[in-house]
Amino acid sequence: MLETRATGQVEIYGLMAEFDNPESLLAAAERAREAGYCEMDAYTPLPIEGLAEAIGFRRTLIEKIVFAAGLLGATGGFMLCWWMTVVAYPHIVAGRPLNSWPAYIPITFESMVLVSCIVAVIGMLMLNGLPQPYHPVFNVKEFERASRDRFFLCIEARDPRFHTDATREFLESLKPLEVMEVES
Amino acid sequence: MADERDNSALMDSAVDPGPDKVIGSGFDMGSATDKIAGVVYRPFLKTPKQMFIGFAVAFALVNLFLVAVTFLFYKGVGVWGIVIPIAWGFAIVNFVWWIGIGHAGTLISAILLLLKQDWRTSINRFSEAMTLFAVACAGMFPILHLGRPWLAYWLLPYPNQMWLWPQPRSPLIWDVFAVSTYATVSFIFWFTGLIPDFATMRDKRPNTVAGRIYGMLAMGWRGSARHWARYQKTYLLLAGLSTPLVVSVHSVVSFDFSVAILPGWHTTIFPPYFVAGAIYSGFAMVLSLAIPVRRWYHLEDLITMRHIEAMSKVMLGTGLIVAYGYAMEAFMAWYSVGTYERYAFYNRIFPQRGTYWWAYWLLILSNILIPQLLWSKRVRLNILAVFAISIVVNIGMWLERFVIVVTSLTRDFVPSSWGMYYPTFWDWATYFGTIGVFLALMFLFIRGIPAISIFETREVLHHEVAPSHAGD
Repeated sequence: MLETRATGQVEIYGLMAEFDNPESLLAAAERAREAGYCEMDAYTPLPIEGLAEAIGFRRTLIEKIVFAAGLLGATGGFMLCWWMTVVAYPHIVAGRPLNSWPAYIPITFESMVLVSCIVAVIGMLMLNGLPQPYHPVFNVKEFERASRDRFFLCIEARDPRFHTDATREFLESLKPLEVMEVES
Repeated sequence: MADERDNSALMDSAVDPGPDKVIGSGFDMGSATDKIAGVVYRPFLKTPKQMFIGFAVAFALVNLFLVAVTFLFYKGVGVWGIVIPIAWGFAIVNFVWWIGIGHAGTLISAILLLLKQDWRTSINRFSEAMTLFAVACAGMFPILHLGRPWLAYWLLPYPNQMWLWPQPRSPLIWDVFAVSTYATVSFIFWFTGLIPDFATMRDKRPNTVAGRIYGMLAMGWRGSARHWARYQKTYLLLAGLSTPLVVSVHSVVSFDFSVAILPGWHTTIFPPYFVAGAIYSGFAMVLSLAIPVRRWYHLEDLITMRHIEAMSKVMLGTGLIVAYGYAMEAFMAWYSVGTYERYAFYNRIFPQRGTYWWAYWLLILSNILIPQLLWSKRVRLNILAVFAISIVVNIGMWLERFVIVVTSLTRDFVPSSWGMYYPTFWDWATYFGTIGVFLALMFLFIRGIPAISIFETREVLHHEVAPSHAGD
């Protein structure tokens, strides 16, 4: 891998440091940010509180999307009932008004929940760029353990401060188990 | 293969850490991952023999179900014992029973997540799957009961050449929306929870057929911190949305009854009493399934006495709400001074009045009296006693629906339209058939999908060791 890179054949995606506990990774991510790196990502087998903030990720956006979806679902559900009973098939039952809105509330509510849940998951997957059949981090053999018990920090080559040797030196200074190159 | 150490000792034995711990000692993230994944990845012939026997029984019942449904479609609903006035026989009893069982799954996964209950973790995946399969069984009954089940899509609002639309003022149409939303959302919730675990399964056996299938299901999940942030927010939103949903579903089911003016159905206590009953029976079913499975797969260190005891307490608590519901029905029959309401109640309880009094008293025995044993800690920590009580509650909750549906319908306002309900062989075959469908799906799920959430177990371990790290 190193030889081919020396001839300029293979681009590298970044440098990856492996840690064996979440606290070291969190500390490392904070140090990397302090050192001025901004294009990086951390990979963990479980959600770690504060890690997303440590790598400079602020807004999830998902809650706004779900709120909009909920409004849309509720409006749609209510309008469906209203349209069915007032416009499409007006039919007086027990002397109630055609627009008997209290009876529409259950369907309005269910439509709200249905639409927002579907949009929440699809939105989460889309914002995450999933499904994604290929990603360079999987080229690293040790990365198999990112879904088991190891914690990884990857500084990406597109970072303006990225320099193969300097960044490697920096990552080594964080006392990881190992620093690896990620082929792109 | 990610450092697959020899975990055979881990797989074949387990020590229950007792009622104070949610997880056994000696686990780290790696070994917990291996143990849960090992349930799925163990060689086919090393599957516990009870699983084979259980699946064989369940599969036989699936075939009984297929025969029963085929015969039903061939002959019509007349093969069941339903008559006028008891047009809602077993089909509706079973529908309400199954959908109630489903409720524990959503309660455990959503409400207990919002309440930050640590004992939720080992059982949430399992009970979500239970929800899914129970709702599938429930959903079949109204369709089978339709008489012309091939026209089931008429229940949905869609433009048609007849210019007819469903009636959204009717609870029966609310039910269509509630149950289909519930089924969809339960599936979404379950699948979302599974994505990181599919990634774990993929990474454990990357170059096998199973690994590739899990890889496709994981959709390229790589545990990025950004992804986790969105994932957790989404999961929380799903929990927040499912919590009112689970309450609404059984409330709507209860409206099917309480909006009608029939004595015995027309009661305002129904929605809360149905929801509590649903959670009651759901927890009973989780216990009935989890207790044998944890033994067969030696999972006592993951599903511990803490889980069993907590679930017993929820069962006891919801059982008392149900008991309040029964008491309120009796009180309202007396306090309303309604002739028909009182008559319907006498009809339920007095042998000389009605024909189904035994069902009512059996239900009081199994839903109210026997579960009171759970007040004793000794009973709650006795695994066999808890298992027995959970089975009794399952039967009791089925009887409750039987009493509500059948007893109320046998004798309404006019004596000339009274009738009796005698279930036929095909009624029982359809009912036990769905139990087979449910169990067969559960057995397949446990064999093919991590039945305990792996990444949440890692979180539990992380939080357990966190205090000791703080001192470092």
